[in-house]
Amino acid sequence: MATEEEGGLVFHPMDQFIVKPLFGGDVIHWYTPTNVTLWMFLTVLSISALLVLGTRGRAVVPTRVQSVAELAYGFVYKMVEDVAGKDGVKYFPYIMTLFMFIVFANFLGLIPMSFTTTSHIAVTAVMAMAVFLSVTILGFVLHGVSFLKLFWISAAPLPLRPILALIEVISYFVRPVSHSIRLAGNMMAGHAVIKVFAAFAAVAVISPLSVLAITAIYALEVLVSFIQAYVFAILTCVYLKDALHPHH
Amino acid sequence: MEGDIVQMGAYIGAGLACTGMGGAAVGVGHVVGNFLSGALRNPSAAGGQTATMFIGIAFAEALGIFSFLVALLLMFAV
Repeated sequence: MATEEEGGLVFHPMDQFIVKPLFGGDVIHWYTPTNVTLWMFLTVLSISALLVLGTRGRAVVPTRVQSVAELAYGFVYKMVEDVAGKDGVKYFPYIMTLFMFIVFANFLGLIPMSFTTTSHIAVTAVMAMAVFLSVTILGFVLHGVSFLKLFWISAAPLPLRPILALIEVISYFVRPVSHSIRLAGNMMAGHAVIKVFAAFAAVAVISPLSVLAITAIYALEVLVSFIQAYVFAILTCVYLKDALHPHH
Repeated sequence: MEGDIVQMGAYIGAGLACTGMGGAAVGVGHVVGNFLSGALRNPSAAGGQTATMFIGIAFAEALGIFSFLVALLLMFAV
């Protein structure tokens, strides 16, 4: 089995991102269970295992699993408090959900032969659009029309303000694009690089070098997986802060 | 024939769009390098500013992402 997989001299590095129906067939409807469905389900399952089962004991001296769950909770909580402010803490569950989902999807994608759900722009675009829409609606609900002051920077000299307003409006609407493609692009590129080196491993002369390179890049990918989830969550906090306090 | 030339132009453009990565690399390196030089001068204040550094990295990286987006559009949308 293992030799058969490694013996595959020619495989395309992007083949790992193909969405396939789980139970055979070629046609994909919206209800067809695919490998994306499977790995998203596994993501949710492992998050539940960590956070629900891990903290079930509620021990004063936490077990290993419980302290990991507490660490994750404390990490995200502090991030929301620091970046979005005290009144942003109300929206902590949303950011915690986003962070845990992305971090687990990224880490599960690092298992060999698995599928990275966050490498698809369709997945990350839905998350980024959800953040964008909810933050925009929240801003208008909390501040009404004066939310538009976000684009009218009163600290700048008056002649500059219309130009700055134009730039601010453009950068505001570009947010969901960069927010989603950053995550998907990083995941896709990183996993494709691993697969490119894996293809070189079949050539006997450079095989040791290539295995070494895979190891190094794998370590880098573990780091990138975490940092991208962190960046996604922290940018959500920044956008949330803009909605809560639109006055610069 | 004409379609082939258009295709070729799209592929060359997509390859050229990758040069944008270099700009993003310079930007991210600049952010982290300056953060580090500041952090080594005053290590006690560094811990509170790592979040700001990551936000800065994310904004610098966003413009590199747009070059990736242009490459994607040329490859699949044009």
